[in-house]
Amino acid sequence: MSDHPTGIKRWLFTTNHKDIGTMYLWFAFTMLFIGGAMAMVIRAELFQPGMQVVNPNFFNMMTTLHGLIMVFGAIMPAMVGFANWQVPLMIGAPDMALPRMNNWSFWILPFAAIMLVAPMFIGGDFMAGQGPAFGWTFYEPLSGQYDKLAFFIFAVHLLGFSSIMGSINIIATILNMRAPGMTLMKMPLFVWTWLITAFLLIAVMPVLAGVVTMMLTDKHFGTSFFDAAGGGDPVLFQHVFWFFGHPEVYIMILPAFGIVSQIIPTFARKPLFGYASMVYATAAIAFLSFIVWAHHMFTVGMPAAGELYFMYATVMIAVPTAVKVFNWVATMWKGSMTFEVPMLWSIAFVFLFTIGGFTGLMLGVVPVDFQYHDTYFVVAHFHYVLVTGSLFAIIAGVYYWLPKWTGHMFDIRLSKIHFWVSAISVNILFFPQHFLGLAGMPRRIPDYALQFTEFNQISSIGAFIFGGTQLLFLYIIIKCIKGGDKVSDEVWEDAKGLEWEVPSPAPYHTHATPPTVK
Amino acid sequence: MSASHITKKLAVLSGLLLAPGVALADYALNMTQGVTEISNDIYDLHQLVMWICTIAGILVFTVMIYSLINHRKSKGAVAAQFHESATVEVVWTVIPLAVLVAIAVPATGVLLDIEDPSKSDVTIQVTGWQWKWQYNYRDEDLSFFSSLAADSNEARQLDADPSLKVKADNYLLNVDKPIVVPVNKKVRLLLTSNDVIHAWWVPEFAVKRDAIPGYINESHFTATKTGIYRGQCAELCGKDHGFMPIVVKVVEQAEYNAWIKSEKAAIAAAAGDSNKTFTHDELMAKGETVYKANCAACHQADGSGGGPFPGLIGSKVATTGSIEEHLKLIIVGKGIMPPFGAQLSDADIAAVTTYERNAWGNNTGDTVQPVAAKAAR
Ligand code: HEM
Ligand SMILES: [Cu+2]
Ligand SMILES: [Cu+2]
Repeated sequence: MSDHPTGIKRWLFTTNHKDIGTMYLWFAFTMLFIGGAMAMVIRAELFQPGMQVVNPNFFNMMTTLHGLIMVFGAIMPAMVGFANWQVPLMIGAPDMALPRMNNWSFWILPFAAIMLVAPMFIGGDFMAGQGPAFGWTFYEPLSGQYDKLAFFIFAVHLLGFSSIMGSINIIATILNMRAPGMTLMKMPLFVWTWLITAFLLIAVMPVLAGVVTMMLTDKHFGTSFFDAAGGGDPVLFQHVFWFFGHPEVYIMILPAFGIVSQIIPTFARKPLFGYASMVYATAAIAFLSFIVWAHHMFTVGMPAAGELYFMYATVMIAVPTAVKVFNWVATMWKGSMTFEVPMLWSIAFVFLFTIGGFTGLMLGVVPVDFQYHDTYFVVAHFHYVLVTGSLFAIIAGVYYWLPKWTGHMFDIRLSKIHFWVSAISVNILFFPQHFLGLAGMPRRIPDYALQFTEFNQISSIGAFIFGGTQLLFLYIIIKCIKGGDKVSDEVWEDAKGLEWEVPSPAPYHTHATPPTVK
Repeated sequence: MSASHITKKLAVLSGLLLAPGVALADYALNMTQGVTEISNDIYDLHQLVMWICTIAGILVFTVMIYSLINHRKSKGAVAAQFHESATVEVVWTVIPLAVLVAIAVPATGVLLDIEDPSKSDVTIQVTGWQWKWQYNYRDEDLSFFSSLAADSNEARQLDADPSLKVKADNYLLNVDKPIVVPVNKKVRLLLTSNDVIHAWWVPEFAVKRDAIPGYINESHFTATKTGIYRGQCAELCGKDHGFMPIVVKVVEQAEYNAWIKSEKAAIAAAAGDSNKTFTHDELMAKGETVYKANCAACHQADGSGGGPFPGLIGSKVATTGSIEEHLKLIIVGKGIMPPFGAQLSDADIAAVTTYERNAWGNNTGDTVQPVAAKAAR
């Protein structure tokens, strides 16, 4: 069993789900820092009114690449990393169903990332900003004005290939490789959320590929899908984009729901309150996510009937979302809670994600969205759901499973500092943005009128603290990999699930003979 | 930092902790009520939804915090093992549904008021350009451009003196030429764009509508109070998206009529300029103004260009190339450079051409008169 290659070849040619999971997670972590550095540039420029740090085009390039890198480079690959590590461990499978494809889905990613940022470095003048600067939503016709569009389009194509292959693999693994006795309704919730997420990915990634291909032919082969002058329709772009884009936001949050649904029962020492209703709520959210896309486009001038329909469908999502929150709270209720670090992050998740859910509901109410749309209020909303939602769940998951992966307990004192500083600073960073939006500050502007100064300053200070603190996270992880107190197989007192039955650290091959689930 | 400033900062911080909706003097925390009936309705709806969310949040968080305090192992709590309860689950599905209906009903009413196409008193076509707005009073045969005021434009440059921002009148929210509309009259907007998508937003009117090439979108407002109202483009439209504000002056009907009259007189006067002959110096002075307002955003005030925008210092078009070609380029545009033929008068085009051929050491000595621009169209 120990004849696998070592050194660089181990990582290049590996088909082992744990190696691939590790690579996904490190890739995501790297991207988190690159995207994070861009966010620091944005917040530095917005610290004061006036232009101090970069020019407007460079600023737009920062917001664009920050969004794209965080979505496609950090959050999504981190979730796939968890799936790789945990799905086989949690369902009692020896590995993923399609290990070679698994290797390929990972190794596409670094090339996609390079393709995405490469145009930044073309030409002598870095500050001239040759990279994409049209927003992560790349609306036509603005994006069509950009002369290095093909880089962006092929990067998106590569990301799509990677995601689709990854999803096929996850679905095949979950449907075919569960240990005897593990029926679908006995699967851990993390596995369920990823199964549903994988179907979402397979459904919408081709749509994304389609829309960028249409852009490519518009730009280089004389078609006019989105060019009004040639009889095309710029609004069509937005419909197609958001048909991908709205499910995409759930692709980023459903696995996060899964992670916290594993962690809360462990530390409340109580089973998840409504397992079945959690599964149904996840499926309901996934279904609804396909029929609400135009809530991102209320100002394009849809007929009133269309606006009403999309409003009703959108606010409906609040129901299964509320069911989830109620379930987490009911799981804590009358539990016997302890507050280990993963639990701290999960509790913060429940609080802060809920705030993001509320602002989502507010944004869904069309007449008021006319005031909120494209302001900092939207920016605050999606950072509450994505940073204090998806990212917090990812960090919770890392702290939860890291001891299993490394065999060591992380530095608890430092990790508590990491938690408290992050949880406080993230609110200093994003809460004032609600006020900025309501007071009328548009999003995606590099400079602002003087009345917005104070809240921007508060927000920037929060950003620098939050950003800086993540370096501590890096240090904690490296320290934990290098050594630390040995942990038991169970790691957390009374933790339930197959992953806690294998040794710590999890050996290179696990569940070679399938365990039996009662 | 003065003591009062610190108190103010503390007030804001405590404001963060208090329920939202508390208004503090300088720090706008909440949405504006605006000056139209619809903006007031929207404000009320916003308050309703925000308070529903706040109360729901307080309820959920109270239960959670109670649990976090009391159901902890260190307090000797023993975990109950209950789970699944059909009754509880039905109840907590139905209650949110009922709340949603309570929000959806008034929201539907307001939306139908907003999408009301009935007759209006003034119709203005609004066209978005990178990066300025064009307004066309449909019933008056009056059309003009409105772009960022010169003092703001100077102050927003990367190397500008920081004090300029404070000196500028309404930094970034002021234009060279505002639109004027009558009070208590329904103003209909027809929105479109010449290049990419923009969005016309004035918070006080609660109007935010995209200006999309190939589409004509409709919106309307009826301002009930005279005054000056400011807004900004709300859809990312490229480099200078942050620098294309909107200013609307709402005035009494009589004042509006007088304004229309004087605008028309000015247009008639400008039309006469097409046949006039100017001195070189007159053209240079006028050209510099036109250049700063229209060309400097891309080619830079010192003609140096940058990125995809070519510099004009010593460039072929602006020096050795023919005057004819130079005029044509300005009139019809090229690549991402928009055509300026529609927005500049013959005199403007002649002046800016003269300016570009002589500024920054281009020193061709050429003088281009309006008749040449007229001929080049
Ligand atoms: C209760 C559930 C939610 C509702 C009702 C909701 C509703 C909305 C609406 C209506 C908008 C458009 C606002 C506008 O542009 O004017 C929006 C924007 C957004 N939402 Fe949500 N949302 C919810 C949850 C989430 C979640 C869970 C995520 C991701 C984890 C998310 C991510 C986003 C993002 C990224 C945007 C901004 C996209 C952009 O324009 O760049 N939302 N949401
Ligand atoms: Cu959405
Ligand atoms: Cu804009």
